Amino acid sequence: MIDFVGKRNLFFIISAVLIVPGLLFLAVFGLKPGVDFSSGTAITLQFDKEIEIGQLRQELDELGYDKVVIQPAGKNEYFLRLQELSTEENKKLRDGLEVGLGAVVTVRNIYTVSPVVAKGTVRNTLIAIAVASIAILLYISWAFRKMPNPFRWGTCAVIALVHDLLVVIAVFSILGQLANVEVDSLFVTGVLAVVGVSVNNIVVVFDRIRENTKRGVSKDFAVTVNCGIMESVGRSLNTGLATLFVIVALYLFGGITIQNLVLALFLGIATGIYCSLCIAGQLLVVWDRGFRKAK
Amino acid sequence: MRKGNVYLLFFILALFCVTLWVVWPGTDIFGRKDFTLGLDLRGGSHLVYKIDMAKKDPSQSDVDVIEGVKQKIERRVNAYGVTEPVIQTIRSEDGDFILVQLPGVKDIDEAINLIGKTAELDFREMELDQSGRMVFDEQGMPKWQALAIATGSDDKEKELTGKYLKPNAKVVLEPQTNRPEVAFEWNDEGAVLFEQITKRNLQKPLGIYLDGVPISWPTVQAVIKEKGVITGLDLQEARTLAIQLNSGSLDVPLELVQNMTVGATLGEDSLRKSLIAGIIGSVLVVVFMIAYYRVSGLVACLALIVYGVLTLAIFKLIPVVLTLPGIAGFIVSVGMGVDGNVLVAERLKEELRAKRTLQAAVEGSFRQSWTAIWDSNITVFIVCVVLYWLGSRFGNFMVMGFATTLFIGTALSMFTQVIVTRTFLRTVVGSHLATRPSAYGVTK
Repeated sequence: MIDFVGKRNLFFIISAVLIVPGLLFLAVFGLKPGVDFSSGTAITLQFDKEIEIGQLRQELDELGYDKVVIQPAGKNEYFLRLQELSTEENKKLRDGLEVGLGAVVTVRNIYTVSPVVAKGTVRNTLIAIAVASIAILLYISWAFRKMPNPFRWGTCAVIALVHDLLVVIAVFSILGQLANVEVDSLFVTGVLAVVGVSVNNIVVVFDRIRENTKRGVSKDFAVTVNCGIMESVGRSLNTGLATLFVIVALYLFGGITIQNLVLALFLGIATGIYCSLCIAGQLLVVWDRGFRKAK
Repeated sequence: MRKGNVYLLFFILALFCVTLWVVWPGTDIFGRKDFTLGLDLRGGSHLVYKIDMAKKDPSQSDVDVIEGVKQKIERRVNAYGVTEPVIQTIRSEDGDFILVQLPGVKDIDEAINLIGKTAELDFREMELDQSGRMVFDEQGMPKWQALAIATGSDDKEKELTGKYLKPNAKVVLEPQTNRPEVAFEWNDEGAVLFEQITKRNLQKPLGIYLDGVPISWPTVQAVIKEKGVITGLDLQEARTLAIQLNSGSLDVPLELVQNMTVGATLGEDSLRKSLIAGIIGSVLVVVFMIAYYRVSGLVACLALIVYGVLTLAIFKLIPVVLTLPGIAGFIVSVGMGVDGNVLVAERLKEELRAKRTLQAAVEGSFRQSWTAIWDSNITVFIVCVVLYWLGSRFGNFMVMGFATTLFIGTALSMFTQVIVTRTFLRTVVGSHLATRPSAYGVTK
C-alpha cells in the first residue's frame, strides 16, 4: 500500500517546481502565436539538392525577406514562416529561390492567413474556450451532485484540471522560446481534448472515493481517499500508458502537421495520470483538514 | 450460457462481419469504394475568399450576391476539371466568405487565379487628338478612353462588357502562328453593340480589358458583328480566360484570405506515416493488454477490434472526412475504449479477490464500472461539440475532423464496452474455459 495522501506535500512541491517556472516563462514571453492567430504565411519547401540554412537565409535576405523564421523540416526541406504573401509574391519568392540557389523547389505545403481571418479565429477560439469552460463547470457540479460536498469536490476537480492545462501551456511557452514552437488552432484542439481526458481521469478517481465514503471504509477521510487512489492506480497507469503508446507512435511517425496537437495530447495525458493520482484527491484531503481545523 | 447472451453473441458476430465487409478495400457501398480523405492526406488546396459586399450593387440582396458568386465559382471549378470539389458559403460576424476545396490540384497558382478573379471583360477606345493621332501619357503609354459605349436595340446607351457573351468561349490555335486565342461569340444584343463599335474604330486599335488591365489591343480590320478573338495570351492564360468568360464575371470582388495547400507528396507521406504509427501503436496496446490482464485483456482486445472495424465502417458510410487530426481523434477515442475495458478488468480483479464467483464478479464489475464510464465521457462530448463549432467558423477541416472522429469514436466505444465486452466475458465465463482467478490477472 503506497501512501499517496501522506506524501501529498511532496507531490504539491513537484507540481509547483514544474508549473511556477513555466508560469513565469509564460508571463514574460507568452505563447508564440502561429499563422492561425497572427496572420502570415507558413510554407514548407523541398529542394532537389542539399541547401545550407545559411545559404537559404542569405538568398531570402536578398529577395527582401529578412525576418523569416527558418526551420529544417526533413531531408532537404525547410519550413519558412514569414509575413502574409499574396499568390504572386509567393510565386516570385519560389522563382527567386530557384534562380538564386540553382535548385528545383517543390512546395510541400503553404498556409496563408490574412488578418481578417486571424482576428476572427482568435475571437472564436476565446468564445470556444469560454463556452467549454462553462459547460464543463456545469457538468462537474452536476456530476458531483451526490457527493457529500458537491461544491468542494467540484472545485478540487477544477483546480486539478487547471493544473494539467498549466503544464501543457507552460511547456509550449518554453518550447516557443527555445525551438520556435508556435501555437495554432490544432494546439487549442489538443488543449481542449486534454480537458476532456483530464476530467475523465479525475471523475474516475473521485467516483472511487465517493464509493468508499459511502461504504464507510474508514473514519479518517485521508485513508478513504488513499484507498480510492490505490484502487485507481492500475486503471490510471494502464489506460494512460496504452494511450501514450499510440500517441508516441503518432508523434514519431505521424509527420510535422499534427505535432503540436500530438505533443499537447501527450503532455496532457501524462500530466493527467500524475494529477489524478497525486494531486486531485489530495486537494480534497487538504480542504477537509483545513475545514476541520477552522471548526 | 444464457439464451440472451447467445443472441447477442450472434448479433455481434454478424455486425463484425458486415462492418468488416464494408471496411474491406474495394467494397463498393453507395458508390464509395474508399475512405474519404481530407486535403492534408490527399493533397490539394483549401481556399477561403472574403466576398467584398461593400462593392455590391445596392439593388441586389446579400443572399442573391452570395449565391451568384457561389454558382459562378462552381462553374469555373467544374470547367477546370477538379474531382469532388467542395464549395461552401460562410456567413459570420467577420463578413461573408466562400470556401473552396480543390483536392489534387497540381498548379495551385493557376487555380487561385481562375477562381478568385472577377473576370470583368470590357472594351476601350483609343483617345485621339483632332488630327486622329494617338495621345500618350507621361509614361509614353497610349491613352485609352472609358468603356466603349454604343446604342442598344432598345435605343439605350450601353457599355459593351462580357455580360453580352454567349457562354461558349473556347481556346483555339491561330492556324498560321500556332498561338492560342480565345474565340468568343456575342449574343444578339452584344452583336448590335459590337457592330457599332467596330464600325467607328475601323483601322484603329481597340483595347480589350480584363478587370481593368489591358490584355490585348488589336487593330480593327473589318466591321464585326457576332464573334471575335482575343490574342496575346499564353495557353494557360487563354484556358483560364475562356473558363472565366463562360462562367460569367463575379458581381463583387473576392479577396483570398486563407490558403492551405498541401502538396500531393506530403499528403501521401502523411497517410503512410500515420498508418504505420497506427499499426505500431495498436500492436503495443494489444501486447500490453494481454500481458497484463490475460483473459480479460484478450477479451478487451477482441472487443476493441470489433470496435475499431465498426468505427471505420461508420467513417466510410457517413462519410467522415479523414484528416491527420481526425486520425489522432480516433486514436484518443481508442484510448477511451481501452479505458472502459481497463476499468471493467480492474473491477473484475477486485471482485475475484473478494472471493466472488466468476459469474457474480463479471456482472458486478459491469454494474460498478458503468457510472464512471458514463460520467467520464460526457466532458469529451462537450469538448467535441465546442471544437466542431470552432472549426466550422472558417471551415477549418482539421479541427472539425478531430472533433468528428473523437465524438463518433467515443460514442461507439461506450457501446462496445456495454454490449461487446460484456457479451464476450459472459461467453468466456459460461464456457468454463478459464476459471482460475489468475487467468484474469489476479495475483496472490
